[in-house]
Amino acid sequence: MTLMAIAFYLMSAVTCISGLLVVTARNPVHSVLYLILAFFSAAGLFVLIGAEFLAMLLIVVYVGAVAVLFLFVVMMLDVDFSKLRQGFANYLAPGAVIALVLMGELILIALAISQRGAASGKMPMASRPDATNIQTIGFELYTTYAFVFEAAGFVLLVAMIGAIVLTLRHRTYVKRQDIFKQVTRRRKDAVAVVPAKSGEGIQE
Amino acid sequence: MTPAEPLSIGLEHYLTVSAILFTIGVFGIFVNRRNVIIILMSIELILLAVNINFVSFSSYLHNVEGQIMAMFVLTVAAAEAAVGLAILVTFFRNRGDIAVDDASMMKG
Repeated sequence: MTLMAIAFYLMSAVTCISGLLVVTARNPVHSVLYLILAFFSAAGLFVLIGAEFLAMLLIVVYVGAVAVLFLFVVMMLDVDFSKLRQGFANYLAPGAVIALVLMGELILIALAISQRGAASGKMPMASRPDATNIQTIGFELYTTYAFVFEAAGFVLLVAMIGAIVLTLRHRTYVKRQDIFKQVTRRRKDAVAVVPAKSGEGIQE
Repeated sequence: MTPAEPLSIGLEHYLTVSAILFTIGVFGIFVNRRNVIIILMSIELILLAVNINFVSFSSYLHNVEGQIMAMFVLTVAAAEAAVGLAILVTFFRNRGDIAVDDASMMKG
């Protein structure tokens, strides 16, 4: 139990400190790297509490996809990031006051809830004793939540199409091969026989 | 609430971590009013705090539905990040800047 406590305090400290560094770092690339660290430590917390599948999902989805997406966008945009930090000092004091009040309230609620006895056992046990965590999740997900699962897939599809539509642009000055245009081109569109009188040119 | 062992980790510990992370996200939105990339990252932090809440309740109530909800939160967060960054790239192309505090193009 002591080892679990040490691991918990280490993971949660790393999560909170790197979360704070995400919002205060001067360089956005550093922010993204701290975000990756925060998600990684949160995945460690999930492993500690017994949600192994969600921990792996967090690493795959966030560290593998979302954080890399952020990194690409941050590096692609040619922006003077120091100019964007101008209001930082102005908003620091009211932001800190509101954040501290919010944190106090939330922690109070958390302590009250756990004192009321929302937790049935001291030891966390997410899955049934005869099944692993991923088996339990899969059983619930594909029976009770099958339609919600498909709706989640639809949300991802809509997000993908939306992102493509938003960022796709047609450059008019780039010549591209249009196969439909090539195939439907007929002889009469391209070649014309024009009777030419001698001594005169052909008028267009 | 008195823990039997001095170092046992209970539900309140996880909820406290979640509360701190949520607060950091809100604070990040407050102090980085101009930088929309940091705002998007702060939203990701808030959603991570929500996920920690879901998973810890799911674990301590011996009910796996919280983890399934956390999966759906993860899905929506990924979709939101993709669309938000796409909007950001389009905004940057149109204006050459990403300062959002004077983004008033929609007013016409």
